[in-house]
Amino acid sequence: MPEPLVRVENLKKYFPIKGIFFTRAHVKAVDGVSFEIYRGETLGLVGESGCGKSTTGRLLIRLLEPTAGHVYFEGKNIFKLKGEELKRFRRKAQIILQDPYSSLNPRMTIFEIINEALEVHNIKVPDKEEFIVDWLRRVGLERHHLYRYPHEFSGGQRQRIAIVRSLIIKPEFVVLDEPTSALDVSVQAQILDMLKEFQRELNLTYLFISHDLGVVKYMSDRIAVMYLGKIVELAPADELFEKPLHPYTQMLLSSIPIPDPEYALKKPKVKVIGEPPSPINPPPGCRFHPRCPRKLDICDKKEPPLIEVERDHYVACWLYAKK
Amino acid sequence: MIKGMKTLGLKRKILEVKDLHVHFYTYAGVVKAISGVSFEIYEGETFCLVGETGCGKSVTSRAITKLIESPGKIVKGQVLFYRDGSPIDLLKLSDEELRRIRGREIAYIFQDPTAALDPLYSVGYQIAETMVAHNTATWKEAFRRAVDILKSVLIPDPEKRVKNYPHELSGGMKQRVVIGISLSNKPKLLIADEPTTAVDVTIQAQILDLLRKLRQEEKMTLLLITHNMGVVAEMCDRVAVMYAGKIVEIGTVHQIFKNPQHPYTKGLLKAVPNPLIKIEKLESIPGTVPNLIFPPSGCRFHPRCPRKLDICDKKEPPLIEVEEGHKVACWLYVK
Ligand SMILES: Nc1ncnc2c1ncn2[C@@H]1O[C@H](COP(=O)(O)OP(=O)(O)OP(=O)(O)O)[C@@H](O)[C@H]1O
Ligand SMILES: Nc1ncnc2c1ncn2[C@@H]1O[C@H](COP(=O)(O)OP(=O)(O)OP(=O)(O)O)[C@@H](O)[C@H]1O
Ligand code: SF4
Ligand SMILES: [Mg+2]
Ligand SMILES: [Mg+2]
Repeated sequence: MPEPLVRVENLKKYFPIKGIFFTRAHVKAVDGVSFEIYRGETLGLVGESGCGKSTTGRLLIRLLEPTAGHVYFEGKNIFKLKGEELKRFRRKAQIILQDPYSSLNPRMTIFEIINEALEVHNIKVPDKEEFIVDWLRRVGLERHHLYRYPHEFSGGQRQRIAIVRSLIIKPEFVVLDEPTSALDVSVQAQILDMLKEFQRELNLTYLFISHDLGVVKYMSDRIAVMYLGKIVELAPADELFEKPLHPYTQMLLSSIPIPDPEYALKKPKVKVIGEPPSPINPPPGCRFHPRCPRKLDICDKKEPPLIEVERDHYVACWLYAKK
Repeated sequence: MIKGMKTLGLKRKILEVKDLHVHFYTYAGVVKAISGVSFEIYEGETFCLVGETGCGKSVTSRAITKLIESPGKIVKGQVLFYRDGSPIDLLKLSDEELRRIRGREIAYIFQDPTAALDPLYSVGYQIAETMVAHNTATWKEAFRRAVDILKSVLIPDPEKRVKNYPHELSGGMKQRVVIGISLSNKPKLLIADEPTTAVDVTIQAQILDLLRKLRQEEKMTLLLITHNMGVVAEMCDRVAVMYAGKIVEIGTVHQIFKNPQHPYTKGLLKAVPNPLIKIEKLESIPGTVPNLIFPPSGCRFHPRCPRKLDICDKKEPPLIEVEEGHKVACWLYVK
């Protein structure tokens, strides 16, 4: 295995919320996750709403400070970086969000938006306008788009502009947080393929966050499944779909509607029990135990560790761990 | 038996939409939201309208009972609702007459459950109210039945939950309450507009299961609107694919998925990543959906079509039958 570009160690993020009187309560958004991302790969991060995917993504590029734990980028703890080193990290690690509407300043032209990124990161090129036009062409936009404003573009075009803004400064690591969730499928396919091409060309490393398992499977080399602030399973993408081990992963995969009516008739069904509980007071032991069809005696008492049960296939479940 | 085939033999119409046109009169111009939409729905089937944002799915479903508000207007068309075999044109009825049908014989479920529930009343009250409003029960009876309805939509602890207010329920539970309300008068036709778009995939699976179960038990007909091809494949008997305000293809779920004809349908199916298949490269449809104030001439898909012919930007293709029950609007199939 090559050296990881990003190494995450027991990362936690608790958000304080108002309790009654002086009681303190916390949303345990991310509660002790550890994983690695290798240079040039795409790690997919899936899970249902509120399980902590975006919080994890934001921690990894230091848009948030952690409650505990470490993130190492090229071997250095990102939460200890200062000055020039921090600036360099800010260029190397980028994020692309779901909603390009809110991430592009409506009062700036496309040229100004992209130029700002070049200025902030002190990137000098002989002819800025040509340089930007060149990039716009690579995402299917034209010179005449340069001096237009974000509202004059469709959602898909805005996402292309956001992609150019992030990639033109030559990052190494990009967190893609639901980059196509707001787009129609025909446009989604264009953006996904574009992201894949850029990855190959620029040797980018991606953390790809989505709740659409089809999209994550298409994009990722490996996939991590999150549930209530924890990683419950991590495996190569194909293997996760062929041989899901964690009962939650099995429930999640059997819930995806498959666009094939013949398969729909013979699809294995795992009954979905209940709904995810609140991350303020997560269940003790394995957090999935109240919904788990295969719960053991130990499950509501002790937390299962994330262990490697087969090569590169990790799972946190008492069915596979030594008690 | 191949899914979807059974309805071909059934052939008892419950609804027939004929040449429906809806326009919105906006400052920017007239939005021709739907233009000449025709389809029929048979008793007991699940019929899907599928297509991308803005193609006219919601407008079509709302126009069925004249739920189109200003600046929108139904400019042309008929909606025949078959009651005991004889048709009435819903678009010719008065608002009062329609109100009596809506919520009773034809019920709706919309995407956002929060908007559909009143935060000031308990869920039990809201279920009961629908029955009382349509004189299908007295208040006392209605409250008692509300508990059964909550039970039928699989809400745990229904006796306690009837007293809950919407904010005390999770998103998935709220959507089930909304389904319960829509079912309270045992409608013949249930129109569900993206009922699972706002919920997580495991909750979606629960709600789709529930709809499937209720449809069988209550012998309901379901008009399901979605943009998710997976949901179509798992739920529907027949499907109409919409593009830019028109139906471009219509057929059984099997015909549409195994033998798609329209270039748009083909493109749409190839653009969806199926997690069970190893895909090297997704095929995308170039360009974006057109503006409906100035829709493209001829076939509205022609600017994005990989197989465009000379005639395509000049004349509109008719919807013609290519095999039994399978129709397509594309010049490639007109002899
Ligand atoms: N700034 C904040 N203050 C308080 N709570 C927060 C904050 N940000 C996130 N949370 C909470 O932390 C939990 C995890 O949120 P996060 O946004 O990471 O989830 P997610 O997996 O990205 O969900 P989604 O799929 O809905 O985007 C949620 O319960 C959320 O409400
Ligand atoms: N109140 C309105 N004023 C102006 N145009 C409208 C209005 N309501 C709908 N439209 C237009 O009618 C067209 C069809 O809209 P509709 O809501 O039926 O689309 P849809 O297929 O349901 O899309 P979605 O998947 O986003 O729900 C769109 O182009 C939309 O912009
Ligand atoms: S640890 Fe126990 S409760 Fe948790 S998923 Fe495994 S079997 Fe189920
Ligand atoms: Mg998120
Ligand atoms: Mg709609």
